[in-house]
Amino acid sequence: MSALAFPAGARPRAQSPWRQAFAKVARSKSALAGLVVLGLIILAAVFAGLIAPQNPYDLVQLDIMDSSLAPGSKASAGFTYLLGSDPQGRDMLSAMLYGLRISLFVGVGSAIIACIAGATLGLVAAYAGARVEALLMRLVDLQLSFPSILVALMILAVLGKGVGNVMLALVLVEWAYYARVARASALVERSREYIEAAECLAVPRWRVVMRHLLPNCLPPLIVIATMQVARAISLEATLSFLGLGVPVTEPSLGLLISNGYTDMMSGKYWISFYPGLALLVTIVAINLVGDRLRDVLNPRTLQ
Amino acid sequence: MTWALLSRAVQAFLVVVAMTVIVFVGIHAIGDPVDVLISPVADQAERDRMEAAFGTDKPLWEQYRNFVREAARGDLGRSFVYNQPALGIIFERLPATLELAVAALILAIVIGIPLGLYCGLRPESPASRVIMATSILGFSLPGFWMGLMLIMLFAVQLGWLPSTGRGDTVSVFGVRWSFLTRNGLEHLLLPALNLAMFKISMVLRLTRAGVREIVSMDYIKYARARGLAPSRIVGVHILKNIMIPLVTIIGMEFGSTVAFAIVTESVFAWPGIGKLIIDSINVLDRPVIVAYLMTVVVLFVLVNFTVDVAYTALDPRARRRKAA
Repeated sequence: MSALAFPAGARPRAQSPWRQAFAKVARSKSALAGLVVLGLIILAAVFAGLIAPQNPYDLVQLDIMDSSLAPGSKASAGFTYLLGSDPQGRDMLSAMLYGLRISLFVGVGSAIIACIAGATLGLVAAYAGARVEALLMRLVDLQLSFPSILVALMILAVLGKGVGNVMLALVLVEWAYYARVARASALVERSREYIEAAECLAVPRWRVVMRHLLPNCLPPLIVIATMQVARAISLEATLSFLGLGVPVTEPSLGLLISNGYTDMMSGKYWISFYPGLALLVTIVAINLVGDRLRDVLNPRTLQ
Repeated sequence: MTWALLSRAVQAFLVVVAMTVIVFVGIHAIGDPVDVLISPVADQAERDRMEAAFGTDKPLWEQYRNFVREAARGDLGRSFVYNQPALGIIFERLPATLELAVAALILAIVIGIPLGLYCGLRPESPASRVIMATSILGFSLPGFWMGLMLIMLFAVQLGWLPSTGRGDTVSVFGVRWSFLTRNGLEHLLLPALNLAMFKISMVLRLTRAGVREIVSMDYIKYARARGLAPSRIVGVHILKNIMIPLVTIIGMEFGSTVAFAIVTESVFAWPGIGKLIIDSINVLDRPVIVAYLMTVVVLFVLVNFTVDVAYTALDPRARRRKAA
């Protein structure tokens, strides 16, 4: 039996399975690299206001004379456009740091909300009786049989642009994955002895679910959530590229790429290229960590 | 078998009905077409007349009944922008999208299966490791950005291939096709490759996993012991056994390929239904949005139904499981 199966009664060591998992993740070179890169990306996004050479949305700081400069050009304000500038004379590096912030916020935020909503519905399905379960799971099947981009597109066509709307669309696209996984692992766990023991002790139902069942259903949910953050970031970028995602006032990486589309045809590659590269590095880093997490948290490979 | 088929058909029908409700209610939430089309100086009488013409003065369930009745006759309204029947516009653009999707799936099979076979048979070789690492990129690269990079490299920098449009088309039975002319093929190559990239990675990984599972089976060892030629073992004993799950998944992926064509068509200005839906959403051309969604839903349900039936017919294990 793994340590993860007995969190009840292991309160003093409650941290240890997670710390163990973290140590195991870090043991893989590629996952460690992913973790480091991801840490740097998150720091860069959080402290964008401090490290960016320019506030890209303060119009006073933009100089139209500096429009579409190649990477390495000197700005009239004194600093260097390390990654070039866009047609409005906006420093691409600064725009990317601010864009990264929005991309990460939307991706991580939607994944967390979807995880909570999906896991709740999944646990309800596992506990609430056959009719509710059948209804919820049919809904999950229906949802998953349609590609995410189509569902998100339909929702945004109805709701219109906006950061909140994109997040809502992503949550509505993703909840089904969590619900399916949460229900499956809840069904396995609830037949275990420790749940039976808790029920024999007349522990209230909600307490059994929250304190005993849920912690043991978490590992697969965490793996899914990691992967879904990458998918959400990618999907948000795609929707923004299509002009249905975030508004122009809050450009994510996807919208920056979209803005550079026409300039690319005339050889000004940097406006689309670097935001895309940042997007790619972020997604690959998350996937590397997620891949390793899946191996580490998989009960079959835990022993 | 007949019973399973019938129950699948009923399920497929129910999905279509459920989607008509969702699409209808969703489209209603976008707003009243009368508000968009009516002149700002129109009086109440004018407004009433217009509402009567669109049927929006009736209760929602009655509007839905009318919508279904019209839809069953193949009438999903007239486009506000093109002033043509919406379904007609969709069908006019559909061949371009189908051509693109089929080309992408062919690329996925032609590139993915041989590479997957190689990686499965020689999992430790350096080439396999490079291929597998590259396939992670195939999963991670956002499709639209890769499309832009393909244009930048092959169209702008090298100038080998055209970047946008369908090129010359040939009309066969009243439908225009690009793949029959050299110029059309050149236009098709980049978008098809872009759309195929994700599928190539997927087919590659599935093939590899299938091969690795089957290689260690007893009947493969026995075939080796009998001294069969390696080409025969790979071609008959291995390939044949991984084909059933592979074909099923590729079939299932056809629907999502059509959906993701939205992105590729927008990048490469490919005049299919994907580009049409984005344009229509931007100008709120409701009938075209509805016609697109209904067409895609029916296409999906048809493809999934066909694949499901084919799978049940092909795989004896699935047949037994279904019966149980």
